[in-house]
Amino acid sequence: MGWETWIITTLSRTLAYGTPLLLGTLGEIYTERSGVLNLGVEGMMIMGAYSAFTTAYITGNPWLGILVGGIIGGAFSLIHAFASVTLKANQVVSGLSLTMLGLGLSGVLGRGWEGKPLSNPISAITVPGLSKIPFLGPILFEGQNLLVYLTILLVPLLWYILYRTRIGITIRSVGDSPATADSLGINVDRVRYLCTAIGGVLAGVAGGYLSVAYRPAWTEGMTAGMGWIVIALTIFAFWNPAHGMLGAYFFGALYILSFRLQPWISPEFLKAMPYAFAILVLIIVSRGTLQSRMGAPAALSVPYTRGEE
Amino acid sequence: MRAPNWLKIERRPTVSGRTVFIISVSAILAALLVAAIFFAVFGVSPIHAYGLILKGALGSRLGLAETVRRAIPLLLIGVGLTIAFRALFWNIGAEGQLLMGAIAAAGVALFSGLPDPLLLPAMFIAGFASGATWGLIPAVLKVKLGINDVITTLMMNYIAIYLMEWLIHGPWKGPTARGFAYTDQFPRAAWIPTLYGTRVHWPTLVLGLLLALVMYILVTRTKSGFEIRVVGENPDAARFAGISQFKTTLLVMLIAGGFAGLAGVGEVAGIHHKLLGPLNISMGYGYTAIIVAWLARRNPLAVIITSFLFAIIISGGDVIKVSLGLPFQLINVFNGLILFFLIGSEVFIRYKVSFSFRRQ
Repeated sequence: MGWETWIITTLSRTLAYGTPLLLGTLGEIYTERSGVLNLGVEGMMIMGAYSAFTTAYITGNPWLGILVGGIIGGAFSLIHAFASVTLKANQVVSGLSLTMLGLGLSGVLGRGWEGKPLSNPISAITVPGLSKIPFLGPILFEGQNLLVYLTILLVPLLWYILYRTRIGITIRSVGDSPATADSLGINVDRVRYLCTAIGGVLAGVAGGYLSVAYRPAWTEGMTAGMGWIVIALTIFAFWNPAHGMLGAYFFGALYILSFRLQPWISPEFLKAMPYAFAILVLIIVSRGTLQSRMGAPAALSVPYTRGEE
Repeated sequence: MRAPNWLKIERRPTVSGRTVFIISVSAILAALLVAAIFFAVFGVSPIHAYGLILKGALGSRLGLAETVRRAIPLLLIGVGLTIAFRALFWNIGAEGQLLMGAIAAAGVALFSGLPDPLLLPAMFIAGFASGATWGLIPAVLKVKLGINDVITTLMMNYIAIYLMEWLIHGPWKGPTARGFAYTDQFPRAAWIPTLYGTRVHWPTLVLGLLLALVMYILVTRTKSGFEIRVVGENPDAARFAGISQFKTTLLVMLIAGGFAGLAGVGEVAGIHHKLLGPLNISMGYGYTAIIVAWLARRNPLAVIITSFLFAIIISGGDVIKVSLGLPFQLINVFNGLILFFLIGSEVFIRYKVSFSFRRQ
């Protein structure tokens, strides 16, 4: 294999593996921007993967699978929203239990679905013409599926909404100062519910991508810690969708390289990188007021009750 | 969303221990009731299933022994976590701290060359130090730089996991392991003695019980215990009273990380006698212990009971798998549900909730 082919296949796989990371991160960015910390990403993702696979298997329609995966992910996230917004329970514990519940439920329900082949996965497409572009063509326009592109399109859209629209200002103000938002007539709880649900839907779709597109099959625990990388990525991205895209592909590349560089660098070292980077980034931005300027929601994981500060 | 008319939530001024107990027990019962649905779905009578679990976990000498040996790491970690949670330090990193303790113990057992009688004490000390170090890093980052403790402790779990994976696949891989990814077996002197015919490494158990008592005294009878509570409940008052948040946070994480490290020593030196894959060593004790500490309402002595309770659930997982042919994963459903109902039930502790179905 020539070095050029090696680079092309590495980048192409990075794009494929980075997609679910990006989907999950975009969702968690919205959730956290509204002031809700949801550590249940892993649980929502695996529920999405399970329900997407079974739906695609039964109906024969993989896109319906993705849709159901998103709905289930969103529904699952509402448990967290109910606990942390309505009951004002501890968000860390609630998120952890969501992950336990998701891993457990999908493991229990998924028994008997293991090893079944999906006859009709979301297949890779080749964009005519564009795939002929030297170097970039085979990376971007060959062997990727439609979800990869839809996810990329989501980035500018979600970025625009967050920074350039009234909705975005509302979300960010709820995450930074819920009391102020409340006094301006914003329904803090409703915004937090919605943003948590957005996070759940995107995590569910990310799971669906894994089970009906990336590796079309169901295996127990198939998300394999991806949800926790998403938590790291959200910080790494400074809660900004555009940075999230760079981060997701960067972390995706680290994962792919951990296999491809195995003879030279131990894979464990590269796999530990995302987590080390997340801590490193927090250390770097922790100086002074930099943190709030970089986008960390001031009221993250703090429940809001009117009249209590 | 406004509260509907029929639901009234008022803040409770004080809560009696009895109320807390009743609410906690109700939460667990509610979770078990919901979990019963799963048994029913799989065509197993829930009463039959729960009966089997109790019988399997407590009904025979061997079953009880397996339950107790599972309670040991939960007890050690849980006791440490009650201290950290009292200071409102969200240590989600006990899993990693446990693994770091296991790594240090293995290092001492395999490579220190210490004389036999010193080996085990040295392993416990090294395990404590290693777990504590892993816990102190996030503590320093939180107090000195204001970095979120949840995130750092969580991330450090994964760094510990991969460090361990690297060791057993690479430099520490045992020449006698026949290609498997684990270290050589520890020398006999590095094995913690067990009760005859069981895997109950009793010295670790005794250590755990002792530490629960010591920590109870620390939090109820000493100045440090008082300071921990003030830092947790009212940081402003703590600052005003001249209590060092830095020292207090370091102290609680020295304890929480160190105890988790001790649990790691117990697992490798008492059960496995070698270092192997992180999932084989822990399967989530560090996370389950969060529920254990939470259910104990941050009371170190109560952890003795709650750790045993969750050990029954883990043992129940074996019963579920072997006797009922249901997936082991069901225990994650149990744990998740119990945790949800517990944190949900806190609304009843902090607030007085009343229902009225009359139209207004």
